[in-house]
Amino acid sequence: MSLDVPSDLGYVGPAVELIADQFQGGGTPRALLSPRRVRFNLRTALAEALANAIAYGNRYDPHRLVRVRVEVSRDAVRIYVTDDGAGFDPATVPDPTLPERVEREDGRGLFVLRSLVDHVVFSERGNSVCLTLRAG
Amino acid sequence: MSFSLTKDKRGVVVVGVDGQLIVGNRQELKQKVLESLDGGAKQFVIDFTRTGYIDSSGLGVLVSLSKKIREQGGDLRLAGLNEDLQTLFELTKLDTLFSIAKTPAEALAAF
Repeated sequence: MSLDVPSDLGYVGPAVELIADQFQGGGTPRALLSPRRVRFNLRTALAEALANAIAYGNRYDPHRLVRVRVEVSRDAVRIYVTDDGAGFDPATVPDPTLPERVEREDGRGLFVLRSLVDHVVFSERGNSVCLTLRAG
Repeated sequence: MSFSLTKDKRGVVVVGVDGQLIVGNRQELKQKVLESLDGGAKQFVIDFTRTGYIDSSGLGVLVSLSKKIREQGGDLRLAGLNEDLQTLFELTKLDTLFSIAKTPAEALAAF
């Protein structure tokens, strides 16, 4: 499944629902992930990745799209979220749970993303992220 | 997704979050709560009983509202988090910032 999402944060929720719907109900790929992981882990992580791509990657540019590609294999779901931005170095993002940062309103996106899926890989340029959720 | 506001006899505002609290609707929640705060309400419960997921923007708006309510001498409590949402608050250490009750009734009783 592929989906192009406009660079408007209002599309994050509907895009997440469109993709999550593919994994709800019975049958393959629906049986691959538990309803609970679809309801919470997949939705939250995808919302984070889309919001980051729209805000920090495409910088809300209405002429740019965020591309989402979903790959389903026997043992995992991989979701690629790619923007047209210059990319970033994820290693430079500070830990939001440090005592001096925990009361900040922002800066938790990457941390939440990493906490909710089994594997997160950024492209070398940093403008594409692959979220892996193992079956189960 | 929507937000519902009700007020009990003592003036405590209970805000229900139906669906999700994410980057696309967080401003709506913020506006509703701040309007209520401007209208004189001081005590708030945000009820997540019917909430599927919360992203980092949603967490951020809760931190922001909590600060603003405290600045006005009020208090914000959270209630009804399911196991996944409770874990999210614990992972981000936000469980140390908020008073979290199991149910809205418990949160209301604590005021």
